[in-house]
Amino acid sequence: MKPGRDQGIYCPDCDGRVDREKLYHDWKMCPFCQYHFPLTADERLALTLDRDSFRPIAEGLLTEDCLQFPEYLDKIEQDRRKTNLQEAVLAGVGNIGGHEVVMAAMDTRFRMGSMGSVVGETIVRAIRYAHDTRLPLIVFSASGGARMQEGIFSLMQMGRTAMELGKFHRAGGLYISVLTHPTTGGVTASFAALGDIIIAEPRALIGFAGPRVIQQTIRQQLPEGFQRAEFLQDKGFLDLIVSRPALRETLLKLLNFHKGVRAIG
Amino acid sequence: MAKALDLEELTRLYELMMTIEHRMKEIGEDFSYEKQVLENRLEHLRKPLLGELSPWEKVMIARHQKRPTALDLIPHLFDDYTEMHGDRYFGDDPAISGGIAWFGDEPVTVIAQQKGRNTKENIKRNFGMPNPEGYRKSLRLMKQAEKFGRTVICFVDTPGAYPGVGAEERGQAFAIANNLLEMSWLRVPIITIVIGEGGSGGALALGIGDRVYMLEHAIYSVISPDGAAALLWKDASLAEKAAELLKITAQDLFQYQIIDGIIPEPGVGAHFSLTDTAKQIRQHLSLAIAELHSCEIAELIEQRYEKFMKMVRFTESEQTIASSAKPSILV
Ligand SMILES: [Zn+2]
Repeated sequence: MKPGRDQGIYCPDCDGRVDREKLYHDWKMCPFCQYHFPLTADERLALTLDRDSFRPIAEGLLTEDCLQFPEYLDKIEQDRRKTNLQEAVLAGVGNIGGHEVVMAAMDTRFRMGSMGSVVGETIVRAIRYAHDTRLPLIVFSASGGARMQEGIFSLMQMGRTAMELGKFHRAGGLYISVLTHPTTGGVTASFAALGDIIIAEPRALIGFAGPRVIQQTIRQQLPEGFQRAEFLQDKGFLDLIVSRPALRETLLKLLNFHKGVRAIG
Repeated sequence: MAKALDLEELTRLYELMMTIEHRMKEIGEDFSYEKQVLENRLEHLRKPLLGELSPWEKVMIARHQKRPTALDLIPHLFDDYTEMHGDRYFGDDPAISGGIAWFGDEPVTVIAQQKGRNTKENIKRNFGMPNPEGYRKSLRLMKQAEKFGRTVICFVDTPGAYPGVGAEERGQAFAIANNLLEMSWLRVPIITIVIGEGGSGGALALGIGDRVYMLEHAIYSVISPDGAAALLWKDASLAEKAAELLKITAQDLFQYQIIDGIIPEPGVGAHFSLTDTAKQIRQHLSLAIAELHSCEIAELIEQRYEKFMKMVRFTESEQTIASSAKPSILV
């Protein structure tokens, strides 16, 4: 917080002071520049799904300190208390305008949305559930990358999620990947990049390497708008950029196009 | 500051030890005093030379300029290696060399991450850090192998996929993700050998193998120890500590069943004898290929799937901690 400032919320993009109450009635977007503040997984589910339609799957997966990494479980415990989540992702079944879908949403408040075993396993189970129930799959990604404290097991979740998606795609399932701010590292380079349709929220940071790492490597100024959603669409990697108020309608439209489509197990 | 490993010195000492060992065999019982002296010296040498190397020492060996690269090994493993260039979209990536070769009497597809062996070559090969076109070339060659029923043999040796502007513009993440998906279901056997550095997603993009081996002193990690130290403690000089915590050695990863085997290195490391290293790799390849060929392809893919699905660690509880079941209504 800069000196002389109150406890209010400031837009990271335009620095405008945003009224908390108003923010929550405004899709959590900046009223001045439309910056999309990150949503929690709960908020994402609530904004996307029909009221009270969500039923969780893959609950009760608990993080394990597989490498005996110092302080790891303490940090997990802190984030659990802070977020009221068990891990950095929620998954379940719900409805969008009456269409039943399997949906997962990541939450960057929890270990920066990094992907360890539990995140990987939750995504794998969501894909498998969509496969077995022949439902469309929608995943909202938001991640800082790998869960360092889980070492190689974190890395392997890239392989596992991609592998399971291969099975799902082969069976003819519909997968819509929605990239939100920020989606980087191993999540981008696995399930987030493998949608039949890939959508991003405006100005979301999307990439493999983080901008700081790239800057340190090339020691040059990064181009304007580098790794933002608009940049990625321009380079040919995003089907759609959809602002938050229109997202549910867009998903509904896409689900309608695929009404007859069912994964064939 | 993490201490540097003097590979030249290590090699020299190792040679000295071999000489003493040889000399001792020549000495008869009558010269027991000389024998005792030599034995004493030997004991002093053996411990640091053949005792366990620390994870950080392994990082140094894995990254060492003198360590054999894939293109050093390939002529000792295969005949008629014919390099194929380009991804047919954008360009050819010199950080990955790929092509067709004979392994014994069988044609195989070889895909190898390639570091430079000197500064000039390193600039050309981008220090073994592939761009998206490298991964797309790899996938093209794998699909070619699938069409013609060739076994795919991948050599991993990279600090990681290149973090550059062009790499991002051309979809580094998308290229890697696609490789992971396609390799998972490729209808020919895949064997991957980590010969030096296995750096993160950039290594895994060639790493979805029916058999994955590591050379004895190779490393394989989700993040470089230097990178981890910088992130965790804002201090890259703690890389030595990070190397230990991250469990990146072949021995650790074999224990976790992430890899299927460890290929022994001669003397104090692969650089000590290229031919001995190649001989060991060749034996492992022969065995693996024989095993994989005896398997129906559908069965092979099923086993590949089952193997990777086990690479996860969590506890499952009946109870749920948080009230995550009921999202709060927002709007
Ligand atoms: Zn703003």
